[in-house]
Amino acid sequence: MMENQALRILIADDSDSDRLILQTLMKRLGHRVRSTANGSEAVAVFADYQPDIVLLDVMMPVMDGITAARKIKAMAGEELVPVIFLTSLTDADALARCLDAGGDDFLTKPYNKVIIQAKLRAFNRMRQMHQTLSQQRDLIRESNRQLLDEQQLAKRVFDNIAHTGCLDADNIRHHVSPMSIFNGDILFACPRPAGGMHVMIGDFTGHGLPAAVGALPIAEIFYGMTSMGFSGSDVLREINDKLGRILPTGMFCCAAMVQADFHLNQLRIWNGGLPDALLFREGRQRERVPSRHLPLGVLGASRFDPAMEVFYTNAGDTLLLMTDGVLEAENTQAERYGEARLSAALDQANDNAAPIDTLLSAIERFTGQQSSQDDLTMVSLDMVVASDFQEAAEPMPQSALRGPAEWHCVYELRDETLAKFSPLPLLLHICMEVPGLRRRSADIYTLLSELYNNALEHGVLNLSSDLKSSPDGFSDYYAERERRLEFVNGHFIRFTLNHSMADDRGQLTIACEDSGRGFDHSAQLALDEGSPSVSHYCGRGLVLMQSLGHSLRYSECGTKAEIVYDWEYVTKQPGTGHD
Amino acid sequence: MTDKPHLDEEALTELQDVMEDEFDILIETYLKDSSDRISYLHDAIGSSDSDAFAKTAHSFKGSSINIGAPKLGELCLKAEEAGKDDRLDDALEMVRAIESEFQRVEQTLKRFLE
Repeated sequence: MMENQALRILIADDSDSDRLILQTLMKRLGHRVRSTANGSEAVAVFADYQPDIVLLDVMMPVMDGITAARKIKAMAGEELVPVIFLTSLTDADALARCLDAGGDDFLTKPYNKVIIQAKLRAFNRMRQMHQTLSQQRDLIRESNRQLLDEQQLAKRVFDNIAHTGCLDADNIRHHVSPMSIFNGDILFACPRPAGGMHVMIGDFTGHGLPAAVGALPIAEIFYGMTSMGFSGSDVLREINDKLGRILPTGMFCCAAMVQADFHLNQLRIWNGGLPDALLFREGRQRERVPSRHLPLGVLGASRFDPAMEVFYTNAGDTLLLMTDGVLEAENTQAERYGEARLSAALDQANDNAAPIDTLLSAIERFTGQQSSQDDLTMVSLDMVVASDFQEAAEPMPQSALRGPAEWHCVYELRDETLAKFSPLPLLLHICMEVPGLRRRSADIYTLLSELYNNALEHGVLNLSSDLKSSPDGFSDYYAERERRLEFVNGHFIRFTLNHSMADDRGQLTIACEDSGRGFDHSAQLALDEGSPSVSHYCGRGLVLMQSLGHSLRYSECGTKAEIVYDWEYVTKQPGTGHD
Repeated sequence: MTDKPHLDEEALTELQDVMEDEFDILIETYLKDSSDRISYLHDAIGSSDSDAFAKTAHSFKGSSINIGAPKLGELCLKAEEAGKDDRLDDALEMVRAIESEFQRVEQTLKRFLE
C-alpha cells in the first residue's frame, strides 16, 4: 500500500522533450506531477504545491538547479523533501556540488523506468520515516512538557499534604532538593503534643511519580499520628503497614524516624536502610547509629519491629541524618562521594561548624558544578534545653472530657483472616479516640499486642513457648508459626473492649478470647519468673502485662484473658518528665 | 571514429511504450527544440559566446540521449566541452557534424512516427 502511494512530484527542466518524458513517466507510475521550466518557477510553486519529492535539472536558464535546491531545502525547514538532480553530468566535481547544495541523489539520462520507480520508493520511505520521527519527537516533547506541568501540580498538592511541618524550627537544619519528592526523598518534622518532636527522613526505591505517590500516605500518617500523640514506634508501624499494602513488591522506603524528647534529654532512633545516622556529642567521639531494620514496606505487620533505640543526650548534642544520595553524589569523573570522604570531611571540620554545613560544602567542592543533579537530602537536629524549645505544638486540643467516654465494642477475626490481618492498628485507633489514652498509646499497644499474640500463638496455633528457649529456637518457633497459620479455619479471636470514665479518670477493659484449647498460664508465669535467662526471650509478655494493667485475669481454661487498665488524666507540666 | 549507434532502437521502443499516445508529441517537440538549438549554436558562434554555446550543447546533449540518439548526444558533448574550454575555432565544423547527424536522426524518427 505505502509502496504504491501516489506522490506529489515537482519537476524543473528547461528541455521540453525531457520534461515531457519525465512527466509522462511519473504519471504512468501513478504519481501527480507539476512541471516547471526552470529553478525560479520551481521555487515559486514549491510552497503552494507542497511536493513530496523534487526533481531538478542542473543547468537551467534564469535559475539553475543548484540554487533552486538550496532555496527549496531552506523553505522545507525541518521537513524532509528529497531533491533529486536530473543530469547527464559525469564529472565528479559537478556531482559533488549538487550534493553540497542539499541534493539527495541523481537520476541520469536516459531515464530508466525501473530505476526511477525504485528511487522514488526509496525516497518516499525515507521521507515517511523522517516524518514519523519528527512526529514522535514532537509527541515526546509535548508529553515531556505535560509531565513537567503535572509534576508541578502534583508538587503543589504534595506540598499541601507534606508541608514542611516544623522543619524551620531553630534546632533543625536541613537540605533538600526543590523537586525532592520526584527523586523519591522525603523529609518531615512535626511537634508532638506531649512536647518534643518527630523527624522522619526517607528515600523511596525508584524515582518520579511512583515514588511521590508512596510519599503521600507517609506524610499523612506521619503528621496525623504525630499530632495525635502517637509514639514514633506507632507511626512507624502504621506507615510500614500502609506501605506494605499499597506498594508493589520491590518498592519500599529506606527511612529513619527520630523521636526527640527535650525534657528527658532523650533521642529515640529507628534506622531502616539509610546510611548511619551520626550523633555528635560535646567532647566525645561521634556515635554511629546504623540501620538495624529492613526498610519500611518490606516486612508484614507481625514481623515488623518498630522498637526504637534510646540515646541519652545533653543540650547541644546534634544528630545528623542523610539519604543515600549523599554517599552517592558523583564528581565529574563519576566517582562517588562515599563513606571515607564523608568521615574525613567531618574529622577535619572545625568544632564550631555545624556538621551539616561542613558536609554540604565538602560535597559541593567534590562534585563541582553539578548542582542540577542535586539528590542530597540531609537533616540535623540539635538537642536543646526543654524550656528554650519553642513548642509550636498546641496543648492537647481536646480536654479529657471530650471524645468518647462510655463505649463498648466487640471485634472478632475468623478463619484465614487470622493468618492475613493484624487487628492491632484498628483496635489501637479505636482506643486513641479517647483523648486521655493518647499519651498512653505505647502501653495500650503493648497490652493489645501481647493479648493478641498469646491468643494467636498459644491459643489458636497451640504453639509452646518452650520452643523459644534459645536464640535458635526462635527461628524454629516462627517457622512453625508460619506453617500452622495455613490451617486456621474454624478458629476465631475475639476482642471485647469496654471503656468508661468519671471526671478525669477512666477505665479500659480489654478482653481477648480465642478458640484454642487454652493454656496453663500459671505454669507460664512461674517459668518466666523462675528463669530470668529464658524470660529474656519469651513469655515476658505476661509479666509485662501485669505491670501495665491493673489486673490480669485468665478464665475458661486460659482461652479468655481480661485486663483492666486504669488511667488518670494529667495536665502537662512543662519542664517535668512525663510519658 | 565513434561507434555509438545513430539511434538506440531499444530505448526508443521503451519510450514508445511509456509515452503511448504522446509519443508523437514527444518526437515533434524534440525535433522542433533541436532545430531551434542548432540555430542557437550558430548564433553563439556568430557572437563568439562560448558560454551560450556550451549551455545549448549541454541541453541538446541531454535531450538527445533521452530520446535515444546517443551518437548525436556524443557530438553535442564534444561541442559542450569545446565551449567550456572557450575553443570556438572548430565550432562551425562541429555544428555541421551535429546538423548532418540530426538530419539522419530526423529521417529515422519520422519513419517511427508512421
